[in-house]
Amino acid sequence: MFWRMIIKTLVRQKSKMLMIAFTVILGVSLSTAMMNVMLGVGDKVNRELKVYGANITVRHQDAALMSDLYGLTEGLGVNDKFLYEEDILKLKTIFWGFNILDFAPILEGRAILSVKGRAGTAGEVSLAGTWTEKHAILSTGEELNTGLKSLRTWWEVEGEWLGEDDNNSVMVGKLLASKNKIRVGDAVTLTSNNGAVKNFIVKGIFNDGGNMDEKILMTLPAVQELMNLHGKISSIEVSALTTPDNDLARKAAQDPRSLSPDEYETWYCTAYVSAICHQIQEVIRDGVAKPVRQVAESEGTILNKTTLLMILITILSSIGSALAISNLITASVIERSQELGLLKALGAYNWQIVLLVLIEVMMTGLAGGVIGYFLGIGFAQIIGQTVFGSYIEIARMVILIVAVILFFVTLLGSVPAIRYLMALKPTEVLHGK
Amino acid sequence: MSKKILELKDVSKIYGSLKALADINLSVNAGDWLSIMGPSGSGKTTMINLIGCMDTPSTGSVILDGVDISKENAASLTRIRRDKIGLIFQQFHLISYLTAVENVMVAQYYHSMPDEEEAMEALEKVGLKERARHLPAQLSGGEQQRVCIARALINSPQILLGDEPTGNLDEENEGIVVDIFRRLHSEGVTIIVVTHDPEVGDVAQRKIILEHGKIVDDINQSL
Repeated sequence: MFWRMIIKTLVRQKSKMLMIAFTVILGVSLSTAMMNVMLGVGDKVNRELKVYGANITVRHQDAALMSDLYGLTEGLGVNDKFLYEEDILKLKTIFWGFNILDFAPILEGRAILSVKGRAGTAGEVSLAGTWTEKHAILSTGEELNTGLKSLRTWWEVEGEWLGEDDNNSVMVGKLLASKNKIRVGDAVTLTSNNGAVKNFIVKGIFNDGGNMDEKILMTLPAVQELMNLHGKISSIEVSALTTPDNDLARKAAQDPRSLSPDEYETWYCTAYVSAICHQIQEVIRDGVAKPVRQVAESEGTILNKTTLLMILITILSSIGSALAISNLITASVIERSQELGLLKALGAYNWQIVLLVLIEVMMTGLAGGVIGYFLGIGFAQIIGQTVFGSYIEIARMVILIVAVILFFVTLLGSVPAIRYLMALKPTEVLHGK
Repeated sequence: MSKKILELKDVSKIYGSLKALADINLSVNAGDWLSIMGPSGSGKTTMINLIGCMDTPSTGSVILDGVDISKENAASLTRIRRDKIGLIFQQFHLISYLTAVENVMVAQYYHSMPDEEEAMEALEKVGLKERARHLPAQLSGGEQQRVCIARALINSPQILLGDEPTGNLDEENEGIVVDIFRRLHSEGVTIIVVTHDPEVGDVAQRKIILEHGKIVDDINQSL
């Protein structure tokens, strides 16, 4: 009898129930889309932010110490401390290796620059040897492409980027090029302190917007040969997907040994920038990995704010749905007050009437929720394609979260109607008062 | 001697400054057929609400089948009403989307267990077996009131309580309903009916007249 009454009520009040279902569809679809985007957005936003360059720098521990203590970025104790080129690819073997998107070694050096066809020299200049576009094969057999080109996506390059094997070409920073009137195609000569001399062709002129504009960029082997530093590098720039820092990450960044075993495991197995730095140090001999705070913190801030925005949209859409459902259910109950008052007169307890109305609303909400969920997945994919250019991975936990939200939104929306039902006196409605 | 099924002792009902019922004393024995008459505002509906466990008195006691219901809470009143009272309304109050038999089964559902066969038998007793699958809108006023009577009787209540049961009926249907009451009375059902209609009031075994919340006359018509 109970279900017969429910079904017949749903059919009889189909226009109202459709309105409730439509409200639920709107709310659930928005919540589903926002939550799926929110849960999948971390990686997407992080990838978008990778255009702003590396967020971790690895240097020799002594050089890092000089920099920390005295702010020195070159000179004795800094320029003569090196990491090993053979360690670079070990970056991809750490626990969070999959999160390391790009990396590039840098070997700093200094040399006397001469431009062919011009009298005298242009003076001593800074050199940076790197992988521009490196195709590497890991010990696991996995192949990867990495290099500075991926880390300097904002560079404006006149001419061309150096290729992997362009050991006889250089790129010149825009400031240095304009000071010395160097153009693409010019021949330059570099003479190192140890007397090695080598001729190069200028393949490109780049505009970094920073201090790189006064440097000459070369392939790593070219600088190693010129400086006679085979197998050596000064630093590694790393771009990694990271999770925004929390208290645990900040505590670990101070000293990982201060963590309890459980905290350590949680921290180590979460992609905090400090955890990734720690793991990098485990594989790079004599290396100290430090987050580039500005980039890492900006990523965290943007990610947190994006997440907050999505949570707010979800909450607001839920509140909106609850209010709309509340109005619709209350209107429906008032319309049916004679019928519900009659049930009370026939012996129905308050809870039985409330249950009857709640089941009707919950069934309508469930139907709307299922439709809304699938619609929300569609919205999430549209957002993913439009904003991030890729599909959003569907998080199964959203089903549970949406179900809980739907339950409470429907329940909260039903509160005014429930209160009305509890106060409903059969004498008042049955005598037409 | 018949068992006393209902007793009102010094019952008053006060709404603000209005005394709807004033010091009413009334006894009804099991199997009695009582009609309550009086002009509008005399307190008839208030009295039926008290007897039907839909309200409680301001002062005094309403004793139904030995239980003083004037001190009971809402849930207890619901349980007592469900078990002991069968209600008939002037405006029928059938659920519009349920058929005649389903309307009878609703009362069964909230009392114990719905039993379609039993509900059909109740409709048969009021001559509506053939119309059992019709919706209220497909039934005449008299037929709807007969469904209402079947619904009121389905749980074998101790008192059948009618609030102007013929108020919305034509003469022919009024006759049918009065005949049903007559038959039920002969079967020993206690009937209390509030009515404006002297013809309906006069066929009862006993008639009380209310005026300004007081019983001004109590007439035994069976003599």
